[in-house]
Amino acid sequence: MKYKDYYEILGVPRDATSDAIKKAYRKLAHQYHPDVSKDPKGEEKFKDVSEAYKTLRNPEARAAYDKLGSHRPGEDFQPPPEWGQQFGDGQFSFEDIDLSDLFAGLGGGGHGGRARGGKFPIPGQDYEVTAPISIEDAYRGTELDLNLSVPEYDGLGHVRRVPLAFKARIPKGVTDGERLRLPGKGGKGLNGGPNGSLYLTIALQPHPLYRAAGHDLYLDLPLTPWEAALGANVEVPTLGGSVRLKVPPGTNTGQKLRLAKRGLPKRREGEGDLFAIVQIVVPTSPTEREKALLKELADASHFNPRASFPTGDGK
Amino acid sequence: MRVELTDAQWLSEHAEVSIEELAELSGLSPELLRELVEYGALVPINAQVPTNAETAQWSFTADCVVAVRSVGRLREDFDLDANALSVALMLIERIHGLEAQLKALRSQFPALRVKR
Repeated sequence: MKYKDYYEILGVPRDATSDAIKKAYRKLAHQYHPDVSKDPKGEEKFKDVSEAYKTLRNPEARAAYDKLGSHRPGEDFQPPPEWGQQFGDGQFSFEDIDLSDLFAGLGGGGHGGRARGGKFPIPGQDYEVTAPISIEDAYRGTELDLNLSVPEYDGLGHVRRVPLAFKARIPKGVTDGERLRLPGKGGKGLNGGPNGSLYLTIALQPHPLYRAAGHDLYLDLPLTPWEAALGANVEVPTLGGSVRLKVPPGTNTGQKLRLAKRGLPKRREGEGDLFAIVQIVVPTSPTEREKALLKELADASHFNPRASFPTGDGK
Repeated sequence: MRVELTDAQWLSEHAEVSIEELAELSGLSPELLRELVEYGALVPINAQVPTNAETAQWSFTADCVVAVRSVGRLREDFDLDANALSVALMLIERIHGLEAQLKALRSQFPALRVKR
């Protein structure tokens, strides 16, 4: 088992009062709590902080933790043999559990003390996982492979880490940030308690062409100045295959051309739209002929795109 | 290892949950949820039905499960009372709304890179 220095994690001395521990915890919780913090590493840090606090705030669990002595963080260590007795029979192994699991039975640790053996039904724990999926998968629906490592308790409060692997069917029509629930896929319930749930948050991965907003998709549509001015019939890639799009004459940069029902499918019925956002692109190294023609156009045209600017020298 | 296929349930605005189901899904007590409704932080679908808060058969859209679960974590991790939780819940909902708007706007912002 790897040792974690709970006092160091909270930044308090080993003889800190429970008030000082609470204060240190609150300060770190404000900083790293995943529901409050924008720190992308906050969740990981908060897990450690919360694990440390849940053990140290409980006098019984804190005394037990202190008995383990002081080790270097990450150091492999064996708890004294009588710990095995406390957790049941002598066959019990410390190899496959976390330090926090050890204190869960004393009302400390990371799992709310639910491991204390008893005959009343205890519901299983809920887990939350982010599911990164591509825009193509959201369009078609997909099967997602999930591999988790979760603590599992038996009726006597023994705990071990078990790998959990299963496939989840993600229906078509999910959008970014969509929440799905997999009932019964969380921690196992004890003594007839129901299993917990697994909560998935869909995170659409960035796509080279499309940007999703709900069920609508946005795509940049590069046009030449002459296509934009004269109108054109261009091929546009969509998730369901290429379509022809009629660009009307006199189209400007930033205009959105709507391709109805070419976005992501909705859950019940219908589809979002695909918007092609016009971008007028000029050749960066035009040929001599192109230059000459553009010069001719410049000389012939009276079009002033800055007609709305004030005239004169700005005085 | 046995790999089984599980169907995912939607937690969307189309599905409804009762106050008891919401309590079960969020780990908060029905009493606390009723308090959050009274403070206006949690809005039931059938809120307009004039009835006693103690006994009201309220239902909620399933997408509020997520926000209510984060309220549950905040209560556990910060020792907040119902009043503080309802303020937190309103702010969380507002932030979610703003983040969704920001994302929608960002996706309309051209990301075109011209190759030179």
